[in-house]
Amino acid sequence: MENQKENKLVFQGIVKEYGKKKVVDGLDGAIKDNAITSLIGPNGAGKSTLLSILSRLLKQDGGDVFFMEQKLQDYKSSELAKKLSILKQSNQMDVKLTVRDLVAFGRFPYSKGRLTATDWQKVEEAIAFSDLQDFADAYIDELSGGQRQRAFIAMIIAQDTDYILLDEPLNNLDMKHSVHVMKTLRRLVDELGKTVVIVIHEINFAAQYSDYIIALKDGKICYNDTTHRVINPHILHEIFGIAFDIIEKNDRKICNYFNL
Amino acid sequence: MKQRQKIIITLIILVIAVILFITYNMGNNIDYVLSRRGIRLATMIIVGISVAFSSVIFQTITNNRILTPSIMGYESIFILFQTLIVYVYGDKAFNVISQQENFFYAVLLMLFFSVFMYLLIFGRQRKNIFYLLLLGMVMGTLFNTLSQFMHVVIDPNEFSIVQNFMFVSFAKMNVKLLGIASGTLLVALVIAIRYIKYLDVIALGKDHAINLGLDYNKLIRLYMLIIALLVSVSTALVGPITFLGILVTNLTYELFKAKKHIHIVWLCSAVSCICLIVGQFFIEHVLSFSTTVSIVINFIGGVYFMYLIWRTRKKIS
Repeated sequence: MENQKENKLVFQGIVKEYGKKKVVDGLDGAIKDNAITSLIGPNGAGKSTLLSILSRLLKQDGGDVFFMEQKLQDYKSSELAKKLSILKQSNQMDVKLTVRDLVAFGRFPYSKGRLTATDWQKVEEAIAFSDLQDFADAYIDELSGGQRQRAFIAMIIAQDTDYILLDEPLNNLDMKHSVHVMKTLRRLVDELGKTVVIVIHEINFAAQYSDYIIALKDGKICYNDTTHRVINPHILHEIFGIAFDIIEKNDRKICNYFNL
Repeated sequence: MKQRQKIIITLIILVIAVILFITYNMGNNIDYVLSRRGIRLATMIIVGISVAFSSVIFQTITNNRILTPSIMGYESIFILFQTLIVYVYGDKAFNVISQQENFFYAVLLMLFFSVFMYLLIFGRQRKNIFYLLLLGMVMGTLFNTLSQFMHVVIDPNEFSIVQNFMFVSFAKMNVKLLGIASGTLLVALVIAIRYIKYLDVIALGKDHAINLGLDYNKLIRLYMLIIALLVSVSTALVGPITFLGILVTNLTYELFKAKKHIHIVWLCSAVSCICLIVGQFFIEHVLSFSTTVSIVINFIGGVYFMYLIWRTRKKIS
């Protein structure tokens, strides 16, 4: 917390209430740059709410989000779209678009719909980065849930922002594609120096691929630390209320929570 | 390639329909027939374009292909306003207020209604387009009921004046309104075309639109104002005709696999003009004015939807 100034995405005293129920209540913290941060916690802990507030999709009832030392709401939305992107979990739409068309929308903040040669190059790169070349001309409503999810992630990659926020990106994905998405995110951080924040349910993906974990419970942050320190049987038990067995292998931790 | 052929064929059909409408069976008094048909044709083109634009924009911002602006009560407020004028001034109503003044006030009222509805929803926390629709439906019903109440109270002769506004007809020949209506349409189109590229992004949904840097609420407010302008043009000229929007937009989406809204709106305008001109042609020459265009359009629309349902059923089974 002492070196908060070094981080560009900082939130202080975030409160959001629906009716009289406080969904999140006084959240403070900072997102570490050039790393993957996972938001974990039980259903209804306020993970998605926090992510939506950090990305301006939702307005908080109290507190502030600072991005590069300026309040989030003071930014022009069109400027922010070049620096910070968000992908929510439900992406149902009634539009006849091919994967390439969809990914091309990622360039909208730059070109306002008139794509230049550079924009198309970025689009093709994003398609290749997400391994979607074979589906590039398929219509998104004809794809499987997993392929569609990857197409949306490719759109976010084409948007080419330093900060990428994803709400349950592994939804609908099988194991192969989940690993693929997480490795893609890892490469975005390691090779391109981006900062990624994800809401994630499967604890092992968080344990394997993220650098930091922010754990929420009942609308409050209970842990905000490195992955290594949060993946601990006592802490996980406190967060999720079930027993965990941590297996260490090759310096990585695997959590077993079945049949304990 | 195929796309281009379809567009060319559509334009050819439009031109043929226009020529046929003007020249078919002109009779002896060519000057008289020509001017009357010309006015009807101009009215149909203005109405066709405004219905197409308003419906496409409305369907995209609500993310729903079976809605038209009529659900928002825009037309009801127009009819309520006309009823109110007749209620207050009686059969002298349109001696007191000129048609242009009437149109001007109606446009203002509908713009005001748009802003009011927007503020009511978006000023509060519930920033949701579906609340807007729901409120629009309720308000529309309220306006309809108020109009009906006044219809019952007023003199039958006065009612016949109001009745003129309640049914779609291209035989009304509002020559005085044609100028001011086309001016209003032009203003609405200039604004609409400037902002139409954002509709492509809004079609992806609210979250994506915000992510891609759109000021979503501001744009929705703007589109609502454009829709109010367009609906007032078509309603003032011929009556509550926006139901046509469901048919022509779906026909356009079905025929052309266009992705950009700038293409969709113009194609839809062409389709909607063809529907109106061909429909009116049938009424004038085949049915010899024994029915109105709304019945013909509803008939064609109904058959088309049965075809759609039949086809999707065949696809499933």
